Amino acid sequence: MKTELHMTIDRIKCDGHGLCAELLPEMIRLDDWGYPIIAPGPVPGRLASHAQRAVAACPTLALALRRTAPSK
Amino acid sequence: MSRLRLLAGPDLGSGPEGFADHTRRLGAPAVSGRALIESLVRSGLTGRGGASFPVGQKWRAVAASKGSRVVVANGAEGEPQSHKDRLLMATRPHLVLDGAFAAARTLRASQVVVYVGEEHGTAWNAMAQALAERPEAERRIGRMTGAPHRYVAGESSAAVHLIDAGVATPTTTPPHPRERGIAGAPTLVQNVETLANIALIARYGDEWFRSAGRRGGVGTVLITLAGAVKHPGVLEVEAGTTIEEVVTIAGGISEAASAVLLGGYFGSWVPAAQAWELPLDGPTLRSNGLNLGCGVIGVLPASRCGVCDTSRIMRYLAEESSAQCGPCFFGLRALSDACSRIAERGTNRDDIARLKKWSVEVPGRGACKHPDGAVMFLRSALSTFADQFASHPAHWRQQPA
Amino acid sequence: MSDTLLWYTTRGAGAVSMVLLSAVVVLGILSTMRFGSAGWPRFLTTGLHRNLSLMAVVFLALHIVTAVVDPFTHLGWLTAVVPFSSYYRTLWLGLGAIAFELMAAIVITSLLRELIGQWAWRAIHWLAYASWPVAVLHSFGTGTDALSAWFIVLSVICVGSVAVAIFYRLVRPSPDPLSAARGEFRAGVSRRPNR
Repeated sequence: MKTELHMTIDRIKCDGHGLCAELLPEMIRLDDWGYPIIAPGPVPGRLASHAQRAVAACPTLALALRRTAPSK
Repeated sequence: MSRLRLLAGPDLGSGPEGFADHTRRLGAPAVSGRALIESLVRSGLTGRGGASFPVGQKWRAVAASKGSRVVVANGAEGEPQSHKDRLLMATRPHLVLDGAFAAARTLRASQVVVYVGEEHGTAWNAMAQALAERPEAERRIGRMTGAPHRYVAGESSAAVHLIDAGVATPTTTPPHPRERGIAGAPTLVQNVETLANIALIARYGDEWFRSAGRRGGVGTVLITLAGAVKHPGVLEVEAGTTIEEVVTIAGGISEAASAVLLGGYFGSWVPAAQAWELPLDGPTLRSNGLNLGCGVIGVLPASRCGVCDTSRIMRYLAEESSAQCGPCFFGLRALSDACSRIAERGTNRDDIARLKKWSVEVPGRGACKHPDGAVMFLRSALSTFADQFASHPAHWRQQPA
Repeated sequence: MSDTLLWYTTRGAGAVSMVLLSAVVVLGILSTMRFGSAGWPRFLTTGLHRNLSLMAVVFLALHIVTAVVDPFTHLGWLTAVVPFSSYYRTLWLGLGAIAFELMAAIVITSLLRELIGQWAWRAIHWLAYASWPVAVLHSFGTGTDALSAWFIVLSVICVGSVAVAIFYRLVRPSPDPLSAARGEFRAGVSRRPNR
């Protein structure tokens, strides 16, 4: 069964370092105050490794990737 | 129609109803356990704390969890204009406690925490006294805790955080309190008005509960009327009563009204003409994109400026951010600053554009619903006062609050 | 393997380790200060910090192994991990063992950060401010080259860079824009827990 990869963020842990937007600009951009705006929806397969790198690079471990069954 | 149920009984000015009088007047609750949960599901009772979540469903979720549970009776009432919870606690404390301990018995909770705003002295004393009058089995598991005087202190996860760790700031969910709350236990957080309703349903049943209500609403609701009405204050009315009907009960408007703020500071502005016919029922309003919230109805007289009042409320909401999440703290401040500039120096294209841009970017990017509520309030203002925002002149002195 | 080669390798690898570790400390401080520009993205600071620290591990391993294996020093393997247990330059080598173990704790917890969680990781990472100066002292006291010109120049550059970085970290305001407001709000809503 094909699963989907979703990026989640803990908004309290996030301190606006901004490395995620540097490493995954296709899905993450920073707002006017340096905090991430994450594009909704699953992470496309071709970006999975970049997403993993962005998650690992977060200095506060605010990002996470979850595998879920596809939503209808 | 005014139908007194929660507020029925001795005169509201005569202080809290004691345990003996309460038991003599109402008897003992009849239903508990699984039967009570099913009765709550059938009753259609929704939460009165602001979210209007179906109560039976919430109890089922907590009942399905593992481990010893905790019940929190939420009487923080951080919404500045709302008075219903403190009135209820100050006059009918045993109704609230009946509901709380019924929940404790049904959900096999080991603790009941009564969470009351620290600044609500009368309500606090009444609840503390009432707790001392309860049977020994209940007194042993019940206790009082003070809620700090901040807007977010009444939010469910903040209440749990305060009781558990001593800090009244919202926490990231999931896990929700109903899954993991105080000391890791599944925790039911229920507003005091909701608990009072549960106390009556446990005596008279769900059909009785549904026998009140109009236009599809069920039961009664406590409403706080504020602003340009002859007799502002707390009223109990059938769910589904229209705003016009409630205002009439309160003596009518004191001057011509331009708009109504429905649901408190996390609610929505509605133009007066549309507002009068709105039914005061959580689910019905929700399906119209509106929100009963904590039941505050603020009537704005035509003599007051909607832009200036919106600006004042946005400033308050921005300052009440718990400063844990950047988008909320900075976003609400920026939105509030833009509103203030429009209010004080007159409208300008740049600030209107900023309001529109940030209203889209800020919601959903905080750990709790504070930024969402504030932005929903602002968007309703931009819609209801569209003309005023577009053509607001400069006035250097703000209107008095 | 010739004794002299071992000896030169120990000293060389030690010097390289010191340079790398000093750079790692500077980069670590720069990342907490959120240093970055159009040409220098933040992930470069953190990425270099990580990669140079792993490189330092390699050179440190070389430094330790060649020192222990060298017959001249009569060091057993235990002296690398039990501080002050060697007869040869007891004090200074002991400091080296301490610095090594602190660094090992930092590196291992960093590699396992997702498993141990942010709080534990942070607490141990602070030991870097103990590990680095102890390593530097070790290099002054036990380095055969401690008095040679090239080593003095290198040391001045390394210690100077870290000192400057620490200075800027202390005088600049907190790089987390929310820290003041968050702390203030939290202080206002803190009470004793009532579990």
